[in-house]
Amino acid sequence: MQLRVRALETILTEKGYVDPATLDAIIEAYETKIGPHNGARVVAKAWTDPKFRQALLADGSKAVATLGHVSRVGDHLVVVENTPQQHNMVVCTLCSCYPWEMLGLPPVWYKSAPYRSRAVKDPRGVLADFGVTLPKDMQIRVWDSTAETRFLVLPMRPAGTDGWSEDRLAELVTRDSMIGTGFPKEP
Amino acid sequence: MTDSVHDMGGVDGFGKVEPEPNEPVFHEKWESRVMAMNRAMGAAGAWNIDMSRSTRETLPPVTYLASSYYRKWLLGMEDLAVLRGFIGRDELAAGRSLRPGKPLKRGMLKLADLARVLTRGSFTRPTNTAARFKIGDRVRTKNIHPKTHTRLPRYVRGHVGIVERIHGTHVFPDTAAVDQGENPQWLYTVVFDSRELWGDDADPTLNVSIDAFEPYLDPA
Repeated sequence: MQLRVRALETILTEKGYVDPATLDAIIEAYETKIGPHNGARVVAKAWTDPKFRQALLADGSKAVATLGHVSRVGDHLVVVENTPQQHNMVVCTLCSCYPWEMLGLPPVWYKSAPYRSRAVKDPRGVLADFGVTLPKDMQIRVWDSTAETRFLVLPMRPAGTDGWSEDRLAELVTRDSMIGTGFPKEP
Repeated sequence: MTDSVHDMGGVDGFGKVEPEPNEPVFHEKWESRVMAMNRAMGAAGAWNIDMSRSTRETLPPVTYLASSYYRKWLLGMEDLAVLRGFIGRDELAAGRSLRPGKPLKRGMLKLADLARVLTRGSFTRPTNTAARFKIGDRVRTKNIHPKTHTRLPRYVRGHVGIVERIHGTHVFPDTAAVDQGENPQWLYTVVFDSRELWGDDADPTLNVSIDAFEPYLDPA
């Protein structure tokens, strides 16, 4: 694969379609700047600021854009909130749609056939693969990302974190808790 | 191509999901080059996101299922670059350029314009049509099987759901993928009861939604 990819890059570069230095910078951004820590900041802010939480649920893109320290976010971010009654889970059955700006590049399992095929039919079975069990009567909502809308789950704030700062709370927010295949860490 | 193996919702037999602890962003260096090339070519206007998806979906089903994610991206990108006339098969075989490139719609992505690929573009487009449906409406997804790209998954076709959100008017992938224009359409979140999709034995606590473009829907 390495040789085949290098050949394509050589062709595209020689033809003036791509600049290797720009490619390096794109890769560096996804390896170092854009990752689940962005989403975690948003979640922690929503946990501590009821007004922001409300704005976030009303219009995800607009609310995130007001946070200077989070990388810019494109349009169509929809934030869905877990409650004691409903658990949300996000999938893309057709490909791999995922809120890159909030969570970085998707993990292999998210793009894999087992997840994409089963999430919409047997989400409890999928959650069991993650070691996650939900109460029997908990409603489950699965969001299949079939358009350019991107979904971020707002998990429930863990108990025992009263008075915690945003920074400290953000450390509890896991990537999987924002996809809906996990929970935040316990304090 | 619509009725192919990429449309996986509800297919049995793929086994367990295998989360990888402390997964790296890329497993191999070439994966990162493939990702970056695809982003850069898209930003330069060589193709749009729906063309990329459509090309990956038209990989032979056996290839699709047997390939890793970034291998699918590579194969799709090679095909698309040839299909759009940016490179030749002979060049892929030679591993080097054999003739000058052709102009790119938005020009080569430069380092200074990096932000253009790191922030998603907007897919909202104005139209002068009114939304056909409102929140709470019962709708039935059409039973369509186009030979070209669509974003209506098979597992919801012909089923009744409820309109839950209205997202405005967006680029229509079905036409954008085949270079027939953006053709903006109203976009709705439509939610289905699991039993409507999977029968009486389905998990009664489950609801599934898709984002559906108006041409996919009929009143129910």
